Amino acid sequence: MAARSVRCKAAAVTLAEPVDRRTRLLEGVRAGVPFGIAACFVSLSFGVLAQDAGFSPTAAIVMSVIVFAGSAQFAAIAIVGSGGAALAAVGAAALINSRFLVMGIALAPSLPGGRLRRALQGQAIVDASWALASRGDGTFDRWLLFGSTAVQYVGWVAGTVAGALGGEALGDPARLGLDAVFPAFFVGLLVSELRDWRSRGVAALGGLIALALVPISPPGVPVLAASVAALVGLTRSARTAARARP
Amino acid sequence: MSTAAVVIAGCAVTTFAIKAAGPVALGGRELPDWFTGVVALLAPALLTALVVTHALAEGQHLRVGADTAGVLAGGLVVWRTGSIIGCVLVAAAVTAGLRAA
Repeated sequence: MAARSVRCKAAAVTLAEPVDRRTRLLEGVRAGVPFGIAACFVSLSFGVLAQDAGFSPTAAIVMSVIVFAGSAQFAAIAIVGSGGAALAAVGAAALINSRFLVMGIALAPSLPGGRLRRALQGQAIVDASWALASRGDGTFDRWLLFGSTAVQYVGWVAGTVAGALGGEALGDPARLGLDAVFPAFFVGLLVSELRDWRSRGVAALGGLIALALVPISPPGVPVLAASVAALVGLTRSARTAARARP
Repeated sequence: MSTAAVVIAGCAVTTFAIKAAGPVALGGRELPDWFTGVVALLAPALLTALVVTHALAEGQHLRVGADTAGVLAGGLVVWRTGSIIGCVLVAAAVTAGLRAA
């Protein structure tokens, strides 16, 4: 009996990590479901618009499968659709994705493994998952990130397939107010980030920087530049506050 | 290659590289103090920038539209009730309602 309980305890110890991993992953999946549904509706309109820009249904689907970056994909097809060069489209998409560079730097210390494994884990970065996985103390819950991104990936690809193959029949997604879905989600995530006067100040500053740059810089730059507001965190009191958080 | 193929391949490669750069260069290290302080404040800065560029801008033009009102209404809901789903539903409903009107 005693031996058995010891064995059970040993098993519990070795199982603890994977079980916790699965719990975090499932929690990420659960938290990601509404984003996945939203991604599905948004990519529906991507599937339709890509064809207006001259992409075949297969090309639209392949793009969602291997690029998987919402606003960058819209920007790229908009440029191609208006007769722009391929290089201009890729450049615009890269600028819009540049915020992922900042998010990746922030996430980096929370990712274990060699360079290749870390590079692959970094592919899970999308706005909503990154914000969900942020613990608020400078570290990230990577399993929550993976789970939440997996659902959004499925939603994004499924919506593109539906839009590319039968989107015309569904009508204009803007009529349903679906373009308000993502910013509304970001507002929801933002509210839980505004813990103290410092984060509120940084949020206000980031918003002002972005607004000021919209008319004078290419799309993508305003969001990237807004990350400068977080340098407020270099002050001693901000560092203490970040460390003190549970 | 067709324009579409070049655009898709180019976007796939640059997106991969952008997302991989940080984790490859900085992964698996101890966090210096100043880094933690900055990272903790990145989420509010980036989320606000995403909200205003989605709800108040179209390309390089600042504008107020039905979706601006929708997002504002959604913001009120999440602020008063804490419900993100409520926030999203109200935002989409208000935006769709204003467009139909």
